[in-house]
Amino acid sequence: MDSEAGREEAALLNRLRTRLADFEKDRANLLSILRMIQETFSYIPEEAIYMAADHLDLAPSEVYGVATFYNQFKFNPPGKYPIKVCLGTACHVKGGDIILENFERKLDIREGETTPDRDFSLERVACVGCCALAPVALVGEAVHGHMAPSKVEGLFTRIQVEKEMAEREKRRHESAR
Amino acid sequence: MSPPDKRSRSAAYLALQETALQEQEEHAETGGPVIHIGLATCGIAAGALETRHAFEQVLAERKIPARIHPVGCLGHCYAEPVVIIDHPDSGFPPIFYHEVTPGKAKMLARLFLEEGDPRFEHVYGAMKPNDLIPSVMEFSRFSREHRVVMEKCGRIDPGDLNEYIAEGGYRALDAVLRMDPGQVIETVTASGLRGRGGAGFPTGLKWERARTAFGDKLVICNADEGDPGAYMDRAIIESDPHQVLEGLAICAHAAGAGEGGIYIRSEYPLAVRIITRAVEQARQAGLLGKNILGSGIDLEVTVFQGSGAFVCGEETGLIQSMEGRRGMPRHRPPYPVSRGFQGRPTVINNVKTLAYLPLILQRGAEWFRSLGTEHSPGTAVFSVVGDVVHPGLVEIPMGVTLRTLIFDICGGIPKHKGFKAVQIGGPSGGCLPESFLDIPIDFDSLTEAGAMMGSGGLVVMDEATCVVNVSRYFLDFTQKESCGKCTFCRIGARHLLDILTRITCGNGRDGDLEQLERLSRDIKQGSLCGLGRTAPNPILTSLAYFREEYETHVQDGRCPGMMCRPLTAFYIDLEKCARGCDACATCCPTDAVFTTSTRKKGIDLDTCVKCGECVTACPPEYDAVRRVSPAHLAPVVERPAEPVESAADKPENREAP
Repeated sequence: MDSEAGREEAALLNRLRTRLADFEKDRANLLSILRMIQETFSYIPEEAIYMAADHLDLAPSEVYGVATFYNQFKFNPPGKYPIKVCLGTACHVKGGDIILENFERKLDIREGETTPDRDFSLERVACVGCCALAPVALVGEAVHGHMAPSKVEGLFTRIQVEKEMAEREKRRHESAR
Repeated sequence: MSPPDKRSRSAAYLALQETALQEQEEHAETGGPVIHIGLATCGIAAGALETRHAFEQVLAERKIPARIHPVGCLGHCYAEPVVIIDHPDSGFPPIFYHEVTPGKAKMLARLFLEEGDPRFEHVYGAMKPNDLIPSVMEFSRFSREHRVVMEKCGRIDPGDLNEYIAEGGYRALDAVLRMDPGQVIETVTASGLRGRGGAGFPTGLKWERARTAFGDKLVICNADEGDPGAYMDRAIIESDPHQVLEGLAICAHAAGAGEGGIYIRSEYPLAVRIITRAVEQARQAGLLGKNILGSGIDLEVTVFQGSGAFVCGEETGLIQSMEGRRGMPRHRPPYPVSRGFQGRPTVINNVKTLAYLPLILQRGAEWFRSLGTEHSPGTAVFSVVGDVVHPGLVEIPMGVTLRTLIFDICGGIPKHKGFKAVQIGGPSGGCLPESFLDIPIDFDSLTEAGAMMGSGGLVVMDEATCVVNVSRYFLDFTQKESCGKCTFCRIGARHLLDILTRITCGNGRDGDLEQLERLSRDIKQGSLCGLGRTAPNPILTSLAYFREEYETHVQDGRCPGMMCRPLTAFYIDLEKCARGCDACATCCPTDAVFTTSTRKKGIDLDTCVKCGECVTACPPEYDAVRRVSPAHLAPVVERPAEPVESAADKPENREAP
């Protein structure tokens, strides 16, 4: 099983308790706490909701209700390469939905999902604020402007090549030792 | 007590100014070329970081004594990454270069900085009038703008407080701190400044109400710019954060608040970093915090990150969100100025509104009134995007017509296409046809036309756009962002969306349009906050001005803009298709393009996803891919049972040109 990821998460959860203590017991801190949790885990695990609720003396359902209200909070772990496709106005007019469809087809997942190997996750975002480059897609933090279906292919090829290069580098490193 | 003379400066301010000017002088003395690189989010998206890296590399390698000066956004998004090189020794004025790729950067560093050749073929224009190079001010994209609130954007380093102070920054705050709050409000009221968040409420009046309210007051800068297609608030914060902070401090003093907050979208990570750093710098310089500039007045400012809910741009929703609740707007009155955050009187102003304040208080209400129209004084910042030649941020005086903005300033519609419509004010605004191009842009005339100023997002659509599809898009957005409190907004908007989806898929029915109209009006009446009350605007305006387009969708199943994919189909004109060419086949993401028995290409309509990539790929000299609507008009070409060997598969063709 994913024991390594599981162990890591358990360790993070342990540390979360001490980090929660930094926040005052004030409901106004709830969003900051949720954001901190998301930054730590890259998503919001169920246990963390209970811990946050416990810390602020709120019902877990109340915390869950707030967390689900905001688009920023995710309840599934994101992929290693989180892909966000902008569907703002300008991107829509220039065919952003076609780009999203291409990613969906290529990865064989729907928006909001993660590939089974947890390499890629796909989501739509409202507007990343670079409308003049529409249509726009983000891979991690990197913005790719003027997207086209063939550029989607290109992105994956690039990620694949980078991966292979890293692996080769690693192997060379090992053989040198 | 300090003398009441407005022109005198406090000792604390003079000390800050001294340091700032000194630093500026030092830079001037060192001399050498300066490379200004626009490093706001839009620049970075276009590759400005790589460009900076390339410059750094060459400067270090060749030991060129030039200084790289990171600046914010000039608003010329079409030209990103933008670099301005100021090389006084070359004899040329500062030169504006557009689309500076790393390769271009290395070339410029070597040829211009070292050898003094500005490479005329890459020059966009000079930043100052001169005899050698045409000035950018000769282009209408520059000359017709009137920069007030964005004056310093793209000229100063947003991370350097001293640069802002050297430009006269915080001088207004220094004067205001020794003025009576009533006097400050009087000036703002006299200037006629209206809230730039969209509704256009008079700012002075809002402050007056807050000042007379009882309780521990709070001021908030609303930087929750959720409207897709608008990004001026982000650009201002990323380019000139201290101007916003100065405005916030002025507002706090006028309202009598000792605490301030900045509510900013967390989707803007760079803006969050820049404003947080700016608050810290201002605090250390004594411009925020305890005893500001020795005046005895305190103002603590915190940055609060929103979490991606459009409705939180509404002030009561914003307060709910700051209190750690679901951002659901509540009934007004009581207005936040009397009961806001945790029951305290709260003044909430938009980023642009606050950014105007230092200028108004420094130059006077009369100056501000001299810009714009009588009822909407000042300027307006628009983010013009969509089908225009020069998209980007444009600041113009109120009262300029849409035609001037779209055609004269932003260069009109690209690719010789015709203008169809313009959507003003994002998802809450309206869709206006060509007949409205000559109305002046101000708060009142836009509302009259059924659109609204909103956040200033302006999407231009050419003739190949389907207004039904665009309305559906906006409704899809507002429907998803509805908080769910009011039934009409929650269920009605969903129902509107279902009808529109049906129409764009070719399943429209008689009576659909009437139902859309009725339901839209009901939603407007039955909703509490601005989101629900304005969500049907795109539908109502497009139904009013483009009704025949809706009718063709419903009656003929035809999309005149060729945008509704279920109503269109692609086919290849076999007369024009070139034998042996594989351009479209290789780019098709679903392998829907096949080779016919005559070794030309055909499209399998069952697998085609209508992405249009084959249109882009088809060489212009053949121009063989056609799009038709309704879909059944496309001629059917049978896919051969046995795949025909395509030209690229033959070894002798592989290296053919």
